[in-house]
Amino acid sequence: MNETTRDVVELGQWFDAYVADEKKIEPKDWMPDAYRKTLVRQISQHAHSEVIGMQPEGNWITRAPTLRRKAGLLAKVQDEAGHGLYLYSAAETLGVSRGQMDDGLLSGKDKYSSIFNYPTPTWADIGAIGWLVDGAAITNQIPLCRCSYGPYARAMIRVCKEESFHQRQGYEIMLRLSHGTAEQKRMAQDALNRWWWPAVMMFGPSDKDSAHSAQSMAWRIKRVSNDDLRQRFVDMTVKQADYLGLTMPDPDLKWNEERGHYDIGEIDWSDFWKVVKGNGPCNRQRLAHRQKAHDDGEWVRDAALAHANKRVARATRDAA
Amino acid sequence: MAVAALKNDTLSPDRQVLFDYAVMLGDTALIHGQRLSEWTSHAPTVELDIALGNQALDLIGQARMFLEYAGKVEEAGRDEDALAFLRDGFDFRNLLIVELPNGDFGHTMARQFIMGVYSSLLYEALSASQDDQLAGIAKKAVKEQRYHARHGGEWLVRLGDGTEESHARAQRGLDELWPYTHELFTTDPVESAAAELGFGVDPSGLRAEWDGLVDDVLARAGLSRPEDDWQPDGGKRGEHTENLGYILAELQFLQRAYPGAEW
Ligand SMILES: [Fe+2]
Ligand SMILES: [Fe+2]
Repeated sequence: MNETTRDVVELGQWFDAYVADEKKIEPKDWMPDAYRKTLVRQISQHAHSEVIGMQPEGNWITRAPTLRRKAGLLAKVQDEAGHGLYLYSAAETLGVSRGQMDDGLLSGKDKYSSIFNYPTPTWADIGAIGWLVDGAAITNQIPLCRCSYGPYARAMIRVCKEESFHQRQGYEIMLRLSHGTAEQKRMAQDALNRWWWPAVMMFGPSDKDSAHSAQSMAWRIKRVSNDDLRQRFVDMTVKQADYLGLTMPDPDLKWNEERGHYDIGEIDWSDFWKVVKGNGPCNRQRLAHRQKAHDDGEWVRDAALAHANKRVARATRDAA
Repeated sequence: MAVAALKNDTLSPDRQVLFDYAVMLGDTALIHGQRLSEWTSHAPTVELDIALGNQALDLIGQARMFLEYAGKVEEAGRDEDALAFLRDGFDFRNLLIVELPNGDFGHTMARQFIMGVYSSLLYEALSASQDDQLAGIAKKAVKEQRYHARHGGEWLVRLGDGTEESHARAQRGLDELWPYTHELFTTDPVESAAAELGFGVDPSGLRAEWDGLVDDVLARAGLSRPEDDWQPDGGKRGEHTENLGYILAELQFLQRAYPGAEW
């Protein structure tokens, strides 16, 4: 297509007005290159997170303590894989291929949520992930249901329904543990101690330090600031922890009457950046695991392709 | 000779057969589901991860229904979890084929196909059981197992036809599993008693139809039917391979480490 500068300026004005009017951009609509790039980056990163997220929870499927818990966890991990697939398809509508995205993940070029670079040494981690990680994910994703890009917004609506079920399932595991034996309660507290701060950091750096926030807000991709989302999550979760009878690992946590919100202690961003840069406890393990599944599956994918080609060849020959 | 099981002495002989029979079906579904769930996050594609996970979920669901029912029949206060997590290997009555390691994807698809066809036939027959509970579970399970058979069969055809490597791997999986297929059709005393009492199925009667369905897919896949030589058995009477102990160590870990806790 041969666009003159004037066309682009006009289209840009059309686009800005259109999204400001809360209308949805669809795959065939014109969109600024940077908008497309931002969405591809965000959606594929989100999809990768769902897929990598299967690992820490998958770690407990064979050891789940009851058959009901085993079935619940298996179903949850299946849901996460399904979320990955919806999101990959949403990203594909922007012109990026699944193969490119797989390469992006495996080569380390693309990121995924750092939260999945922490280990799950005990069963309580399964409760804590459902409660805190899915809880934070929902907080993040509810506003994304109103995102300006239609396919992403629609994928988020489906995903959010399932995430809230995951969150309840996780909380129920925590409830059982925290009201169980002394050993179970200790297990629950230990998991909360390890997951709380990483969950708080899932909302990303403060908006004043976040490179992409302002533009994403203007494009109606991002609807609520990182700090506001974090605050919503904290306010909701502190009450839930109280009900569990567990202690938040933050001595500075307190209710701020004036703000009508909880204040939390200083976030240790150095830990966040360490994990983002690849040096969390499980970064290497998670990627190596993904790479191995990919490598081990290569002959299967090759076979499926070869069979499909042979069928076409046979059909063509028979028709001739 | 298998060791005598711990029994509820007040149970009538017929109820004992019903208990043992339900446990047998539940154990095969449980150990199979446990094995299959090991694939989670390791499958060749995310789509296949979902397909294998769904099948594992079906099997765990079937196991829960059979074991919960067995517990009710026994009237000794054991529920599905007591039966799954608090028995040792020699009280498990699952088929040996389901406790073998997964192997590669070709091996796993061969097993899904073999077991899918077998269980479809078994549950189809069991749908006519005079025991309403068993019939009800079988009616639900037969639909699931037909899907496992179809999915496994389609993949065997793809792999058999696909590349030289996939053909060799599918054939190897089939060759390794074949000896264990004979046990599917042996008749344990519990099965013959259950069949005589009108609530169970004598699996020896399923062989001819299974052979036909399997041969058909093998022909389409260009795979050869392995020789019938070695025919290991014992699972139905609690004599297992060394694999089962490790499966149970993993399956039962939390229940064993924290006795009496609720989860
Ligand atoms: Fe998800
Ligand atoms: Fe989730």
